[in-house]
Amino acid sequence: MMTQKAVIVNDLCKTYANAPVLSRVNVEIDWGELVVLFGSNGAGKTTFLRVLSTRVRPDNGTITVAGYDSRTKPNELRRSIGVVGHQGLLYDDLTASENLKFYARMYGLKDVQTCVSRCLELVGLESKSGSKVRTLSHGMQKRLGIARALLHDPMVLLLDEPESGLDVYSRDNLKEILFKWIERGRTVVMTTHSVDIGSGWATRTLMLSGGQINDVQT
Amino acid sequence: MWALEIRLSLLMSKNIQSIFIMIKKDLLLEFRGKDILVSVPIFGFLLIVLFNFALDVSPNISNHVAPGILWVSFAFAGILTMNRAFVRELEQGGLEGLLLSPISRDAIFISKVLSSCLFMFVVEIALLLALTIMMNIWMFSIVLVVTVLLTTLGFTTLGTLFSAIAVQTRSREVMLPILFFPMVIPILIAAVEVTSEVIAGQFIGIGKWLPFIIIFDALFLLICPWLFGTVMQE
Repeated sequence: MMTQKAVIVNDLCKTYANAPVLSRVNVEIDWGELVVLFGSNGAGKTTFLRVLSTRVRPDNGTITVAGYDSRTKPNELRRSIGVVGHQGLLYDDLTASENLKFYARMYGLKDVQTCVSRCLELVGLESKSGSKVRTLSHGMQKRLGIARALLHDPMVLLLDEPESGLDVYSRDNLKEILFKWIERGRTVVMTTHSVDIGSGWATRTLMLSGGQINDVQT
Repeated sequence: MWALEIRLSLLMSKNIQSIFIMIKKDLLLEFRGKDILVSVPIFGFLLIVLFNFALDVSPNISNHVAPGILWVSFAFAGILTMNRAFVRELEQGGLEGLLLSPISRDAIFISKVLSSCLFMFVVEIALLLALTIMMNIWMFSIVLVVTVLLTTLGFTTLGTLFSAIAVQTRSREVMLPILFFPMVIPILIAAVEVTSEVIAGQFIGIGKWLPFIIIFDALFLLICPWLFGTVMQE
């Protein structure tokens, strides 16, 4: 569902233990943007992404991602997003290929084998398809987590510090994947602490501070 | 109306498909990890042996104590099974992945209930066999097997919900029995009563207790999936 904006956040508020993390956040993100969200530790970057992904219910405000309201159409919203978090969201006792096949089936993809092979190739893990996740290095698990997020060709990618644990080659590979993603008119929202990545990758930079999100003029 | 019916049936078929995919995944993980199917029957068997010695079960009293031994063993073995239901998901990082998938929370819940049921049935068959041999009481009568199936369904339905709650707490292994046992006691009492009647060869009370188990199952099968969605939301 291609709407005018990829992400629309209105008056978003979230409080944890009486401490406001997000207070009246208003953001609109266009299609084809690669938005990098900066913020100090504990500023609420992860919470913001978790609210966008429907995993955290906001105290107030509305969130629309890819045209789907998080309250009324959560499953449709989840189908439209791909999420890379700090964890790979993978089963250690399943192989790389089994993990991706499981998620591909959960998303109801038709040609499961082709999708899995394509994504493994995309992150350079085709030779590890038969390896159990617990035997993969942290960086490889991260790359597999990225493959899992790309599997269903989501409209919006939400990435929480995706570069952590990746070597230089894998970072370049991720950059290439994300640039191709936005070239297709898809949207990427990512958090990072790396100024290099922020300035080099982003088409738009946001700063989360004091519960508010503001554009950073570069 | 037609469109609504078609949509509903499509939604149902998608959910059923997802449930089977998740059960298959749980079976594969259990087959590889053997967390439940090896340790839980051994634990249950040890409990039966301990009770046998502690109560000095002679043939005269075995009919009276067998139902208690059976259901206490099932309950403790069941707690271990329920503890693993979400701990494995959490440890392996899959729970978050499931919750980010475009499937309903109900489907996730039902799949967990059914996989736990399957694991419990395997454990229970082993324990019924052990009790049959050790106490010389035939434990595979149809009424008893149906009672075990129905009670296990209620036990795992409620257990899955409390497992999902407990897994989010720090001392999850302690929290689950504390939260869960007070709620599941009614169905266990009903199961003990039916088992006593079956073993004694009297079927008077079954008409009272078996419907109670069925109502318990139906009630919690309706309430728990709805509560699960709320529990899983941060």
